[in-house]
Amino acid sequence: MAYLRSILRSGKNAVPAVLRREFHRTLPAAVQQVTVRDAIKEALDEELERDERVFLLGEEVALFEGAYKVTRGLWKKYGDKRIIDTPITEIGFTGIAVGAAMAGLRPVVEYMSFNFSMQSVDHIINSAAKTYYMSGGLQPVSIVFRGPNGAAPGVAAQHAQCFAAWYGHVPGLKVVSPWSAEDAKGLLKSAIRDDNPVVFLENEIMYSVPFEMSEESQSKDFLIPIGKAKIERKGNHVTLVSHSHVVSRCMDAAAVLAKDGIECEVINLRTIRPMDMEAIETSVMKTKHLITVEGGWPQFGVGGEILARIMEGPGFSYLNAPAVRVTGVDIPMPYAKHLEENTLPQIKDIVFSVKKTLNV
Amino acid sequence: MRKMLTIISNVLRGSASRNGARLVVSARTYADFTPQASFDIKNCDVHKLEEGPPLQAVLTREEGLQYYRTMQTIRRMELKADQLYKQKIIRGFCHLYDGQEACAVGIEAGIKRSDHLITAYRAHGYTYTRGGTVREIMAELTGRRGGIAKGKGGSMHMYTKHFYGGNGIVGAQVPLGAGVALACKYLGKNELCVCLYGDGAANQGQIFETYNMASLWKLPCIFICENNQYGMGTSVERAAASTDYYKRGDFIPGLRVDGMDVLCVREATKFAAEHCKSGKGPILMELLTYRYHGHSMSDPGVSYRTREEIQEVRSKSDPITLLKDRMLSNNMVSVEELKEIDVEVRKEIEDAAQFATTDPEPPLEELCNHIFYNEPPMKVRGISPWIKLKSVS
Repeated sequence: MAYLRSILRSGKNAVPAVLRREFHRTLPAAVQQVTVRDAIKEALDEELERDERVFLLGEEVALFEGAYKVTRGLWKKYGDKRIIDTPITEIGFTGIAVGAAMAGLRPVVEYMSFNFSMQSVDHIINSAAKTYYMSGGLQPVSIVFRGPNGAAPGVAAQHAQCFAAWYGHVPGLKVVSPWSAEDAKGLLKSAIRDDNPVVFLENEIMYSVPFEMSEESQSKDFLIPIGKAKIERKGNHVTLVSHSHVVSRCMDAAAVLAKDGIECEVINLRTIRPMDMEAIETSVMKTKHLITVEGGWPQFGVGGEILARIMEGPGFSYLNAPAVRVTGVDIPMPYAKHLEENTLPQIKDIVFSVKKTLNV
Repeated sequence: MRKMLTIISNVLRGSASRNGARLVVSARTYADFTPQASFDIKNCDVHKLEEGPPLQAVLTREEGLQYYRTMQTIRRMELKADQLYKQKIIRGFCHLYDGQEACAVGIEAGIKRSDHLITAYRAHGYTYTRGGTVREIMAELTGRRGGIAKGKGGSMHMYTKHFYGGNGIVGAQVPLGAGVALACKYLGKNELCVCLYGDGAANQGQIFETYNMASLWKLPCIFICENNQYGMGTSVERAAASTDYYKRGDFIPGLRVDGMDVLCVREATKFAAEHCKSGKGPILMELLTYRYHGHSMSDPGVSYRTREEIQEVRSKSDPITLLKDRMLSNNMVSVEELKEIDVEVRKEIEDAAQFATTDPEPPLEELCNHIFYNEPPMKVRGISPWIKLKSVS
């Protein structure tokens, strides 16, 4: 069963796989299979309906139905006023969105890729993140910046950078990185309802992956709190902490290691900032071994931050081995398939690191 | 009777002199002062417009006194800030507005308090015209708890209702302002947003991106370029391939306005506001103005321009003197009355400065507050792992 789940999560679209293999068992009627893409769209749709002040803007979000079809159908339903196609002018439309937020609206800005958000970084940081503080509490900025972040197959260096560490660095921002469909839906709804600037890092690889959505998650008020991690898999021997699409790799690796009797505890961070260190520390105190796994670059990355905090916190004295990071290779992303594959953590890399850490 | 008097006064006016109407007879007088007068104002160069603002402005005694008082308050406040900066009581950046008062006051006179405004870092004057008190402004400059931003922002980050600062990044305020205008249109409130920027910022790419979107979406936005001839130490000829800033909006209609004449600025602003609110979309105004101080307090302001130039502007085009002369020569006010206002303004500034220097700084316990809005209290990492700080919304 775990193996089947892992096929689903690693991106091969095998929706009916569960049904085919165990045909004598049917899914409970309330549980649905929903792709991450559709979960995001549901969240947007529900929040647009709920609050008049919410509106979407970005390139191709309206007529084209989204570069990755995330916003399909929304323009037909809500019209020009609430779903706005922008020209290709990131710094301009980000500034406009932040200004609209200052004046009381609740914009959701889509970046076709977070790589393009680099043009707008000044507005995200200087106009959005810092304003509530600089104004002594006079001027809040309720805004969400969302879009695909990090690796995507074959897009090469300028379109594959992970920005989790960049945005995670900044006080005044909340940074969210969902993995599953439930994560995406619950966290995006929370982000839109949050009165502060939230950077919502999706991932293109995950868009088409279906997940089971519980009955609870289908409610229009289903929210996942920002700042709380989730334990996707319980284990006693080693803690794997990850976020976004790499969680799938960790789950796959955990399945492989389980055959050797090594039980991994896989923590899905869900939020980069504020990070749920408590969940990580509790786990480390139990397993006594820690490996962080991410797709981003190693220097000054998410893993680096986790390890530093473990050093400074109660978890350190429980470690039986140095905590290590598994990251993307410290290079711009290459194009050729074989090179690209070897630039991101694979199942074998995680398995190898676990065995090294556990000295087996 | 009134109509006849107006006709008579029009005839008597003769050649258009800057100080306007020679004679206006009023039917009712109060303390022998002229209750209102009509003044000729400079013609505005226009771009993609059939006509510009009117060539005459009517000024009532009340308006005149109010504009005078406001401009004088801004002037004195900025000079006091200069003093406090030299005494090292104000630190960091301090960009002074003296010389440009007619812009802030004229614009405010042309819009409603319910309209919106955003500007860059030379913002003390606008913070005042948009409702901040001199006390709160000065206390913010000195970084005290009574400051308008509780001492957390400083010179460049002051906010009031419908005033979005005070922005430190050159040009960033322009798309922000267009965003405010988008919100005005979205919410259907018939309000507009005035987006100010300087001649230095006018070359910024994001401003052109904003012109495009504001025009495409017909946002109720008045873009205003305060051209004080110098972007920091670089004169306009050395920075811009085209110094016709009112034309730089290309497809956006524009006007070039005498920014030293508060009436000219007011009439142009009213004209622009009318354009915006009638749904025609954005409009651009260039205000020709001048700053007496250097770019900021660390700039003496004479390495890139001559003292003679500064003196000449002071003696020939000072906005406060211009208004004063007009009012006096039309018997709208007496010298004593203006002197009285000066004394009151001086006192207000002194009191504010006193407050700004004696009010305590914000308490250390509040260091981490106001990171997030509407959020339960949270922990903040301190300087070392043992220091645990708290942040409250």
